[in-house]
Amino acid sequence: MTIGLYQPGHSALHRLPAGAKLAGLLVVSLALFLIPSTALALLSVPVAFAVYLSTGAPFRRLIAELRGPAVLLLIIFAFHAIFGSIADGVLTVARFATLILLASAITHATPISEMAALVEWLLSPLRPLGVNPEKVGLAIALAIRFIPLIAEELRHIREAQAARGLAANPLALFVPLIIRTLKAADELADAIEARGYDG
Amino acid sequence: MIVLEAVSHDFDGRPVLVDIDLTLAERRIGIVGANGSGKSTFARLLNGLVVPNHGHVLIDGIDTRKDVKAIRRKVGFVFQNPDHQIVMPIVAEDMAFGLKARKIPKGEIDGRIDAALARYGLGHLRERPVHTLSGGEKQLVALSAVLVTEPTIIVFDEPTTLLDLRNRNRVAEAIDALPHPTIVVTHDLDLLSGFERVLMIADGRVAADGRPADVLAFYREQMR
Repeated sequence: MTIGLYQPGHSALHRLPAGAKLAGLLVVSLALFLIPSTALALLSVPVAFAVYLSTGAPFRRLIAELRGPAVLLLIIFAFHAIFGSIADGVLTVARFATLILLASAITHATPISEMAALVEWLLSPLRPLGVNPEKVGLAIALAIRFIPLIAEELRHIREAQAARGLAANPLALFVPLIIRTLKAADELADAIEARGYDG
Repeated sequence: MIVLEAVSHDFDGRPVLVDIDLTLAERRIGIVGANGSGKSTFARLLNGLVVPNHGHVLIDGIDTRKDVKAIRRKVGFVFQNPDHQIVMPIVAEDMAFGLKARKIPKGEIDGRIDAALARYGLGHLRERPVHTLSGGEKQLVALSAVLVTEPTIIVFDEPTTLLDLRNRNRVAEAIDALPHPTIVVTHDLDLLSGFERVLMIADGRVAADGRPADVLAFYREQMR
């Protein structure tokens, strides 16, 4: 997935406020799913592709990022082809491919602080109900911050186990990963406190 | 000035620090001790991360038990692992984190971030994702994120443990150049050359306290 992969830049998409980007994504999503036009959906794919490349993200990165979603899209297409029609499969895959490309482009072009600030603003009407928007914003930022840390921990555990001749075993992998992640979370909580955050 | 009055602390009944009375007024103070000796808990007392079960810790006259907010404004804390200190995914966002908590205006935040990064020649990292930095860069970013909050005292908990020699030297130079009173918990004894005072903690007590040459010689002897 592309989450957490903000890349600094000066593209038009970088300059747009986060709210406008997400509103635009919402409008495109609604239009794609409310207008049952295969031609429109197919046309939207290269447009979304162009938007993605306009952020300055290199083509090889796009290919790397799309590997996972491509498998999902293939499964969706196969499902439609078997239980519905190929035309339905093409329409659905084109819709999802457009949205994945646009979401990736927005992720690349929007700092997480802007996303978190937007979420805080959107949640601010819920304050009287006891919702703390700042805490939600911080939780989002922390979740994204943790992705590369967890990936690094996973790599270390895999290497340590391989060095000791252990074959890949999901249980042996995830138990130490969870323990290490909880420990890291504990230390991060200390750091947040130490830096004067009082939520 | 830091004053510890009859400080004792335990975790689940296991004593970690025992009856410590100290006044710390020097500009450079080092803390050494074996693993599990209580030195990290000692460091955490100074920022209010740990409040002692008994006794008082006073920072410039303020009790950590009574006004932890004021203590955290005064005492910056740099952790051993910058990956567990850096909260936000982008360098500038992380440096702004502590300032936003203090309700500093955005224009001032930007100025402080630029100045702190420039201090270590890290201006080019401003918009970089944190996970793409080297260990030394992360530690300097973690230090910069503390400096932007303008603390009066800085506590380091094993700041060079995870670094290679080049990055260790960069961090050592950065610590050396700080104008702030600084307390450094470390196993890196060379880091303490030029310090004014070193404490050795053993079994939760101050086992030695004095000039670095004397305390470190004693510590080396004890560790044989």
